[in-house]
Amino acid sequence: MIAFQAVVLWTDWLVYLLVLVVGATTVYVRGREHLRAPWRRVAQSVSGMIGLVVLLVFVAAGLIDSLHFRPRLAMSDPNAKGAYAVEVLSVLDLVLEPLRTRREKTYSAPLATHLYAKETIELPDGGQAREYPRLKYGGAQLKDPERDWAGDIARTALGGVALGAVVWLLLGLPAVMVAARGSGAPFSQAWTRLWRGQTEVPWRAILSTLLVFCVLGGATVALAAQYHVLGTDKVGQDVLYQALKSIRTALVIGTLTTLVMLPFAIALGIAAGYFGGWVDDAIQYAYTTLNSIPGVLLIAAAVLMMQVYIDGHPELFPTAAQRADLRLLFLCIILGVTSWTGLCRLLRGEALKLKELEYIQAAHAFGVRHHRIITRHILPNVMYIVLITVVMEFSGLVLAEAVLSYVGVGVDPSMNSFGTMINNARLEMARDPMVWWSLAAAFVFMVTLVLAANLFADSVRDAFDPRVRMISPLTAKTRRREGVASRET
Amino acid sequence: MISYIIRRLLYAIPILLGVNIITFALFFLVNTPDDMARMQLGAKRVTAEAITKWKQERGYDKPLLYNAGAAGPAKLTHTIFFEKSLRMFVFDFGRADDGRDIAREIRLRMGPSLAVAVPAFFVGLLVYITFALGFAFFRATYIDFWGVVICVAAMSISSMFYIIGGQYLIGKLWHLVPISGFSGGLDALRFIALPAAIGVIGSFGASTRLYRTFFLEEISKDYVRTARAKGLAETTVLFRHVLKNAMIPILTGVVVAIPFLFIGGLITESFFGIPGLGSYTIDAINSQDFAVVRSMVFIGSLLYIAGLLLTDISYTLVDPRVRLS
Repeated sequence: MIAFQAVVLWTDWLVYLLVLVVGATTVYVRGREHLRAPWRRVAQSVSGMIGLVVLLVFVAAGLIDSLHFRPRLAMSDPNAKGAYAVEVLSVLDLVLEPLRTRREKTYSAPLATHLYAKETIELPDGGQAREYPRLKYGGAQLKDPERDWAGDIARTALGGVALGAVVWLLLGLPAVMVAARGSGAPFSQAWTRLWRGQTEVPWRAILSTLLVFCVLGGATVALAAQYHVLGTDKVGQDVLYQALKSIRTALVIGTLTTLVMLPFAIALGIAAGYFGGWVDDAIQYAYTTLNSIPGVLLIAAAVLMMQVYIDGHPELFPTAAQRADLRLLFLCIILGVTSWTGLCRLLRGEALKLKELEYIQAAHAFGVRHHRIITRHILPNVMYIVLITVVMEFSGLVLAEAVLSYVGVGVDPSMNSFGTMINNARLEMARDPMVWWSLAAAFVFMVTLVLAANLFADSVRDAFDPRVRMISPLTAKTRRREGVASRET
Repeated sequence: MISYIIRRLLYAIPILLGVNIITFALFFLVNTPDDMARMQLGAKRVTAEAITKWKQERGYDKPLLYNAGAAGPAKLTHTIFFEKSLRMFVFDFGRADDGRDIAREIRLRMGPSLAVAVPAFFVGLLVYITFALGFAFFRATYIDFWGVVICVAAMSISSMFYIIGGQYLIGKLWHLVPISGFSGGLDALRFIALPAAIGVIGSFGASTRLYRTFFLEEISKDYVRTARAKGLAETTVLFRHVLKNAMIPILTGVVVAIPFLFIGGLITESFFGIPGLGSYTIDAINSQDFAVVRSMVFIGSLLYIAGLLLTDISYTLVDPRVRLS
């Protein structure tokens, strides 16, 4: 048992809050048929569900990376009052302990056994030679790397794939059972339906996605025990570790930014539309002014100022992680400040429309108070706009983080993020031969995350927005299928 | 029309004033000039004289809002707010940290920015509309389906990867154009081609998909059905009716962007070493040159407001139903 001191960073609190909100919403929606209906449409969308599965895998990594603690320093006297390490770790760090600690000297290619740069080595006979030295950890178990390397990689990877497949079978079977029971049909028939992709929820697509993840994950886990699967960077840190740690940063930026700005956007947008008059004028003035400052510049100015403040008050931040975390939170807030105006304008327009409707006029006539009309009658009817905006905004924010980190006003340079990975890797492109793996890792992880988010967001929008249902070719297809199904019954 | 424009221009003044107050608060109230001096001068053990000198050189040694020591109107004008923020209204931006006049720098750097951004803008518009109209023509077929798939995939890739990939492939591997840099005259073409092309490709996914929605929205309207019922060919319907009417929503997004061509792509310019306003801003951010960042914030909001005005005017040109009043 490791002694530790739990550390809850600012963004951690907000992440927990977000999990709580999502959980509560799920429970609330489950009991109400009219709210469940659009979600059922989301569940029927193939691309949406694939996106969701991928997103959930990323979210899982991000969540266990949000449980922070400071390990206790090893002491000679176990009874002494323990001192805790300055370094703040997360549960993900524990899982990835080998990746984190096995540092090489400098660059090494993915799965390599030797460093990427030649070094002068003392030969046993006293002479010197310039050659690529062996890695300290990567493939260290191999006696003769030239001969054994390919075979060992293939064996380990195959073992990993087999392991992944077994895990998938254990995970996949319950899913099949659920699908089978859900339709009330006998098992064999349900299995055929699933195999042919005829189930209402696209279980086949979900299972295939999971299989890809299990196989890739299995191979990666097996290889990572011996090698640096995605190579190492300039200071010898494992790139896979960096990429996995970057997930939390991306997710935090993508979700907390909207969480932070949501209350303002909703309150101000509805107030502007509902009350009109000088309230409307004031709120419109506020968001036009904010909107007219180019986002990047406002963020740059704010982050620069934040940096001056942090540098001026070092006593407020006991650990580097806390400092980096506060900067991340601040980045979320300032990104929120620049991005709430769009939602605010949409909500204003919708509230303007809604307040003229008869049921709200009737509520007025009955003498219902303003805040009650807003919370009971207007808010539930604009929630679909909020939801669509939140999911649509996510991928844009993840992409924005990379750009901002490149400009130098993103997250703290010590914090792992896709932006810092790209930024560090950018100069390595000029090296010859080129160091490509950092960039490739950031690219693959980012595209997977953003693409999944885009697919999921599209299916949510298609299900919730009454205007776009006919436009997407993907939903046109499902509609055709629904049409066929209704004719059959 | 003219009275409308004048009214809109007058309306811009309170907004610009608001922008000024926000930037002023950000740059001078959150941190005092002393803090900034300490950060700029670096070391923790910086002397008081050095700070005073730094502030004096940049004119930060005056009171923020109200100068009680001065006489008459100077009570208000000999302040940081007046000299650093309000002076921007007459395009007096002061000097950058390297002693150069910011207004002159901006004038010089506008050219290269425009040289890259204008071709990218027009070629991009042409490409996106062409593809979007094509997808709309082949709607509910596999061409449309895969077109949308490609668009979604393309918009999931960060613009930085397009830049890095383009530089590597075309600049380093194929040696077609220089990787970065800029020069005047006809020679500039070689330097502009790649950043402009990448600018077009970078926003292909998002724009094409958006325009496709506009076209499809228009196609589902009654007048289009009428046109088809009259027996017009599908191409005539698309080009004569749908294209023209879909230009209205397209214009909304596009015209706002026109003034920002001056600033150019921040990232593109900095990657390709183009001496435009975008790279100027990035350099200023990196060297923490507050005067330049402040000026660019002001210019940016000025351009945004100009863009909004342009949008409204362009509406009256393409849509006779819109009357400005």
